[in-house]
Formats: sequence, C-alpha cells, structure tokens
Amino acid sequence: MPANRFNGHTDHGIGIGLRVPHYAHILAKKPVVDWFEIISENFMVDGGRPLEVLDRILEQYQVVQHGVSMYFGSADAPAREHLKRLKALVRRTRTPWLSDHLCWGSVDGTYTHDLLPMPYTFAAARRTAEKIRQVRDYLEVPICVENVSSYAEFHVSEMTEWEFLTEVVERADCGILLDVNNIYVSSKNHGFDPYAYLNGVPADRVGQIHVAGHTKFEKYILDTHDHPVLDPVWRLYAHATRLCGVTATLLEWDNHIPSFEEVHEEALKANAYIAGARRQRKKP
Amino acid sequence: MKSTADLRAFQRLMTRAVIRPLTAEGRLQPRWTDDRPMADVAAGFIKPNDRLTAFERLEIYNRMYWFRLLDCAADDSPGLRHLLGEDRFAQLARAYLTKYPSRSFTLRNLCSRLPQFIREEPKWTAPRTALAWDIARFEWAQTVAFDGEGRPLPEPAEIAAIPPARLRLGLQPYLSLLALDYPVDAYVTAVKRRDALRGEASNAREGAARKVRRSRRVPPPRRGRIHLVVHRHSGRLFYKRVDPAAYRLLEAIGAGLPLARAIAAAAPRAGAARNQEWFATWMKLGWFFNAAPPRRSPK
Repeated sequence: MPANRFNGHTDHGIGIGLRVPHYAHILAKKPVVDWFEIISENFMVDGGRPLEVLDRILEQYQVVQHGVSMYFGSADAPAREHLKRLKALVRRTRTPWLSDHLCWGSVDGTYTHDLLPMPYTFAAARRTAEKIRQVRDYLEVPICVENVSSYAEFHVSEMTEWEFLTEVVERADCGILLDVNNIYVSSKNHGFDPYAYLNGVPADRVGQIHVAGHTKFEKYILDTHDHPVLDPVWRLYAHATRLCGVTATLLEWDNHIPSFEEVHEEALKANAYIAGARRQRKKP
Repeated sequence: MKSTADLRAFQRLMTRAVIRPLTAEGRLQPRWTDDRPMADVAAGFIKPNDRLTAFERLEIYNRMYWFRLLDCAADDSPGLRHLLGEDRFAQLARAYLTKYPSRSFTLRNLCSRLPQFIREEPKWTAPRTALAWDIARFEWAQTVAFDGEGRPLPEPAEIAAIPPARLRLGLQPYLSLLALDYPVDAYVTAVKRRDALRGEASNAREGAARKVRRSRRVPPPRRGRIHLVVHRHSGRLFYKRVDPAAYRLLEAIGAGLPLARAIAAAAPRAGAARNQEWFATWMKLGWFFNAAPPRRSPK
C-alpha cells in the first residue's frame, strides 16, 4: 500500500467502519482486520461506555478518525468546543490522519446534521481551504477531505465538482478521501461521467478511498450505506486504484448492518480489484 | 458569489429551507415564509435536471433533515413515545425541533432541551404534561449517565483524613438527581422490556409475533413521589430510588456544602448509623469525587 504525506505515511490495508452492533463480536473474537475507521463524533464525549470500548479497541487495532460535522465548507469559523474535543480524541487514538467531508451543514450555530453540497465557487473554495488549514494547524494531524454525494446543484457554481475539490485541496495542501460510491451516486443524479471525475482529481493527493452501497429510486440515487457495493462502484474503485496506486480502503455500512463477517467479507472484495489494478499497471 | 459573506447568505437561505417544517403529508411546503411560491424560491438558487425540478431537489434535503432528526428524537425517547403514541410524539418532536433546532455538532444533545420545551408548551402533551415532563427528564438523564464525564474516585483513606466540617465532595457529572411526581423508572423499564419483546417476536414464529403485537400498552403510572439517582456503574446504566432525606443530602453535597453542613442541613434526623450506611453504599457506587481544592505543597 503506498504511503503519502496525506495519510501520515502509513500503509493501511482494507478496513471497515467500527459500528455498535459489532462491538461484542470484535471484543470477544478479536478478528483480524487491517484497521477500523471510527466516526469521531461518537467518541467526542466525556466518558462512559463509548470511550471504554474505544480504549479496548485501541489496544488491539489501528484506528483512523472520520468526522461528519466539521463542515469545512460552512462560512462559520470552526467551533472552539468542537475543536477541543476533537483534539482530545486525536491524542487518544493517535490517528495517523483525519478525514471529514467537503461540504457544509451549519450556519450561525444551527446544525442540520446533513452533508450539504457546496456551491462550487472560488470564494467558497478559498474559505473552505482556509478552514482546513486552521483545523489542521490546531489538530496537528494530516487531513483528507471527502467528496460527498449530492442531490442538488446550484446556479452560482463556477466549476465542476472535481475542479472544486482540486481547487480546495491544492489551496489547503491537504489530502483527499476519495469516495467512489459518492462519485457514482452524484454522477447519476447530475449526469456527469464518473471517470472524468476520477481522471480530474490529483491522484497523488488521495490518502484513502471509501466504498459503500447505495439505493436507486425512480428519479435519483440515494447514498444509503445499507447494501453491498454495486458492480459499477467496484469498477470505479478499480480505476481509482489504477490512478492512485493501492490505497487504504474502507467499506462503509451504516444501515441494516449485517454480521461482522458479512461486512468484512464485502470489504475484502476490494482485494480482487487491487490485484487486477496491479496486473494492469505492470503491463507496458 | 464573491466573498465569505455571500457564502454565508447562501447558506442561511438554504438552511432556512432545509429545516422548514414539512407539510402534514411530509412534503416541502408549497409557500415560502413571505408567501412566494416555494418553487420560485427553489428555482432561484437550485438547478433542475431532466428528472427533478429545483423544488423536488430541495425537498429531498428537507425530508432527509426531518426524517433524520425525528428518528433520532424517537430513539432517545422510548418512554415518552409510548406515553403519547407515535403520532402525538411526532407532533411534539416537530414542534420542539422547530422552536429549538440543533445547536450542537452532535445529535447526542438533540433532546437536551425537550424537558424545558414540555414545560413551556404544555399543549403538546396535555393532559399528561406533568408525567411527560418527568419522563423527558428521566430519559435525558440516561443520555448523561451513558457518556457523561466521570472524575477520579476519592480514596477512602483520603476522605477519612479530612474532618467532616471541611470535607467537600462532588457528585459525578454523569449522575443526575431527579425528584419526580411519577414512578417513571418502572414505567420506562416496562416499555423497553415490551419493545425488546416485540423485537424478538419479529424474528420468532408468526403466531408469537401476532400475539405480542396485540399485547396491551404499558399503562401510565399513577402519581407517586419518588427520588431517583440516574447513574452508571461498570459501564452500565442504573436508576436507584433513594429516601427523601438521602436525596436532600446528595443535593446539598452536590451544591458544594462541606459534609458536616450538608448533613446538618439536609438530614439532621437521619442518625449517624443511617448516614454511614448511605455513604458506604454511595462510595461503593462511585458517586463522589473529591471537590476540595488541591493542597498547596510547602515551599
């Protein structure tokens, strides 16, 4: 697995999201897993069972933090209390890098608890990059920003989503958590070529990849994380791996969560695509 | 969009649209706050595509916001939901979240102001507002007990060395003292047990599931004053009923009184033996931390 400065020069393999229904299995059976991704907010608490479980997981496993509410794209400054709690957690987990989404979700201190799409403008890119730098400087850990799935586009946008992502990460000099399922979902919702997206992002900044399942509705696709990964998403994953090199990969499964073994088995399917990508890269 | 101020204005507009209450049919409201057609407002900043109008695209976010938050409020309030029924609980939760949208980065705090709201707007829970208030306080106390801060326990020898007139103990931040007009601990426990049974039945044979579905609702408790400590021990939640005098004593200790003054003020007639028995139990349960300021080391 290639290491770069955006993932703390680590060589993580294939991980899965740490979820409550699997706690008992993991703590009792101690299955072999390359790494776990935790949702930071679930552990940004003062005490009790969440931190007790986390400490036991940390004794056995490599853990990487993934956030859902930093809202790099919100016009508001980062909330001080949020940053303090996040830093305490970073010290606890010693996460080699930290990821959150390229989106917004709060304004004037009111939170929607959603990952709302950005208006793809230069002004928004400047503000977002400035916040990423502020957060990274405070937390003292590399940051990767994740592309979100979206269901709306805005008149004010001045560029494509992948151009916006590139503008932000180059201004902030940060990494990318490339969510290939989100690219697929948005490509269907907005009618763009997902391969043009993949080819358009700076591959050398990709520190991690997400895969997940989604749900098709009549007029749009929803990023539900409640299914196995679909074939078109695996094909995108294979292409991303050819472009970026073999990269730390994480399967997200957040609703209708099956057994630990089933989730892990689904994640390990990535190995077949990684092997295929390796073979293709070796060809002259 | 040329500046952060423009970005903020854009985000204010969209936030107002996303958190706006849904119609009774669960759809985006057809009119904006100034009575303009919502379709026009949405089309002013959202692009349509070949399958969805701007209105429909905005509606996806509006509906996801409410479904997510109502689900979260329902998960955190099994007792209140059972008392009011699903429809009335949903009405209460919508009214609450409209008045008090989330101001925290975490959904953990979503129901923190629900007890206050129930007192402010009793119409959503009438005629059982007093009971609903007790249940809401009890359910929020469980969230606090689950992941609230736990401070280091004092050593018994450390406490024994300090005269009671000077001994200041603090109550663990995860611990809540509740003086309740209804025995809601038994009620909520019965509701959770019933819900768990229903969950198991859904995986059992069909006949058993049908039987459980037909089972009666848990009857609301009759009025009866109780004093409750909601706490955790070894990572698990517990509720412990305590004597009124013991409750007053815990309150006095929590307010920062030295132990001797707390006993004199709150439980003067409890007797030394009873006080000692209470303290032995509370120490075992880990309810205290040493609140005395650290002693200065000699130069």
